[in-house]
Amino acid sequence: MTDAGLFAVLVAMVAGAIRVSTPFLFVSLGECLTEKSGRVNLGLEGTLVLGAMVAFAVSYHSGNPWLGVAAAAAAGFALGALHGAICRLPRVNDVAIGIAMMSFGTGLAVFLGKPYIQPTAPRLPSLPLGDWLGIPSLALALDVSPLFLLGIALAFLLDWAFRNTRAGLVVRVTGDDAAAARALGIAVDRVRLVATALGGASAGIGGAFLSLFYPGSWNEGLSSGQGLMAVALVIFARWQPRRCLAASLLFGAAGALGPALQSIGITAGYYFFNAAPYILTLLVMAGTGSASRAARHAPGELSITR
Amino acid sequence: MRGADELRRAAEFVVVPALALAISAAIFSAILLAMGQSPAAFFQLLWRGAFGTAFSWQNTLQRAAPLILTALCVALPARAGLMIIGGEGAFVMGGLAAATAALPLLGWAPAPLVLLLMAIAGTAAGALWIGLVGVLRHRRGVNETIASLLLAYIAVAVLSFLVEGPLRDPASPNKPSTHPIGAETMLGPIPGTSVHWGLVAGLIACLAAHVLISRTTTGFAIRIAGGNPHAALGQGLPVGRLLVLCCLLAGAAAGLAGFFDVATVHGAANVSLVAGYGFTGILVSFLARHNALAIPPVAILFGGLSAAGGLIQRRLGLPDATVALLEGVIFVTLLTSETLYGRFAIFQPRGARQRP
Repeated sequence: MTDAGLFAVLVAMVAGAIRVSTPFLFVSLGECLTEKSGRVNLGLEGTLVLGAMVAFAVSYHSGNPWLGVAAAAAAGFALGALHGAICRLPRVNDVAIGIAMMSFGTGLAVFLGKPYIQPTAPRLPSLPLGDWLGIPSLALALDVSPLFLLGIALAFLLDWAFRNTRAGLVVRVTGDDAAAARALGIAVDRVRLVATALGGASAGIGGAFLSLFYPGSWNEGLSSGQGLMAVALVIFARWQPRRCLAASLLFGAAGALGPALQSIGITAGYYFFNAAPYILTLLVMAGTGSASRAARHAPGELSITR
Repeated sequence: MRGADELRRAAEFVVVPALALAISAAIFSAILLAMGQSPAAFFQLLWRGAFGTAFSWQNTLQRAAPLILTALCVALPARAGLMIIGGEGAFVMGGLAAATAALPLLGWAPAPLVLLLMAIAGTAAGALWIGLVGVLRHRRGVNETIASLLLAYIAVAVLSFLVEGPLRDPASPNKPSTHPIGAETMLGPIPGTSVHWGLVAGLIACLAAHVLISRTTTGFAIRIAGGNPHAALGQGLPVGRLLVLCCLLAGAAAGLAGFFDVATVHGAANVSLVAGYGFTGILVSFLARHNALAIPPVAILFGGLSAAGGLIQRRLGLPDATVALLEGVIFVTLLTSETLYGRFAIFQPRGARQRP
């Protein structure tokens, strides 16, 4: 490989890491918050798709993409709250409800989104952070969305809140030991309801990024499973928001490696680069697990790590 | 009064889902009214498209067949206490292995032999794929739900890689596929119908699963392991081996479904295999409460919904996602209705009720 080719691949990976990682970031931060409270929401894929549709529709009608982002967060909040409200009922399985909500959210988005496949809506602006470098390809790669920066801020905010605030402690106790939380007078079901709803709102914003920034249009096949992937990503990140950021960038870069290599003529193994995040997560789980105890760092109440 | 008590219990399993279906219908009617459509016309067409005619019945059964087998992929491990959600992966690997196994035999081996080897390859590939999940769970404590989900994505990547690379048939420019097995090798429908043999295989598999779980010592041990693994270990039961066995059988069922998809519908392996049967199967199994005998009716219900989609779209001018939305509503309400079991005194056995 020539130096120019190598440079092109690296730039493409940086660009990919920034672009592809943003929906991963929002969905995984939302899932992280939900799982920290002791519940798993597998339905974020549906939330992501519905968020994308709502954001696009609102941006199209109002002409203001930021209103679209807010509407996507509200739609995600509503779906998350529905998931949380159903899962607090006894004998209801949160994994199954998650998959049903995925099917419901996607169905609703595709059903309502039919008229919005053709038109174009005002897109989110981008911040040209790389123009001063004077290298066009790098400048294009660093043309980032404000949502990406918002996601980074959210990761650090969540991390800080889990460590230093009362609300963070309440969520962590609820997720680690419901009985202890109840003994402290914490309303376990309500904490989980709020955590699931806020997690849904975050995933909704991730959807808004898809339809309003990159790829920047609405269609039925918009999401390529980022919502389901987020569940694995949170495990990969060991339930820490800052590591969710790192993992999202890594998964984004891995996803971008295939197309980048293809652009300079290397086509073999394209699909394995796409699958790399999944293989990595599986290896990490197999490597850190043991037959006798559940996953370390995992919230104790979580059904999927027992 | 034992008979009456059993009747009360059985009634609960009919009344609660029926109530949930009625609520879904009400919610969906509200959506239709909001869109200015007539719910009556919608449900009439739904019935006609799903179960109204001989043609629609065949269409329904055709679509139910893979769901029966992928639902078994969830139900069997669920009885052992494992939640597998990656049946899609076993389905894809089953189809891919079946199509690949046929390649060296085409042109000289008789069709029945080719089909037999394809079925064996598909079943074995599915079994190994989910069996790996069981081994990871047993040996490394890896959560089976997440592992099976990850393996489903990996299976799709393997399929895409092979059909666009080493196994690609050059004569398939638009939709990369493996070399087709050919019309003369493909498995025909059940005589007199257009339904493929996967339905029969699914029904037999459900019956076999029911016998295994409810009528054999192994099944009894599986249920103990699922109910309380510590008690099972205390009894000296080989819990790990039972878990892996359930995973192998579960994967075999989904792999068999993949084989039928290749042998009767596509004739080759390509991305059409990734049609979401594995994910719908999860919900079918949950709605059947992981009871093998309840899986076929539930699968037929959802097969009917998807069969009616085309008719509804054509006649009412609704988006083709209408049926997907209806399915979503039904899934959510039916799963939520789980919470109603045991809440109504009328369904409780007399002996269990408190006497005044």
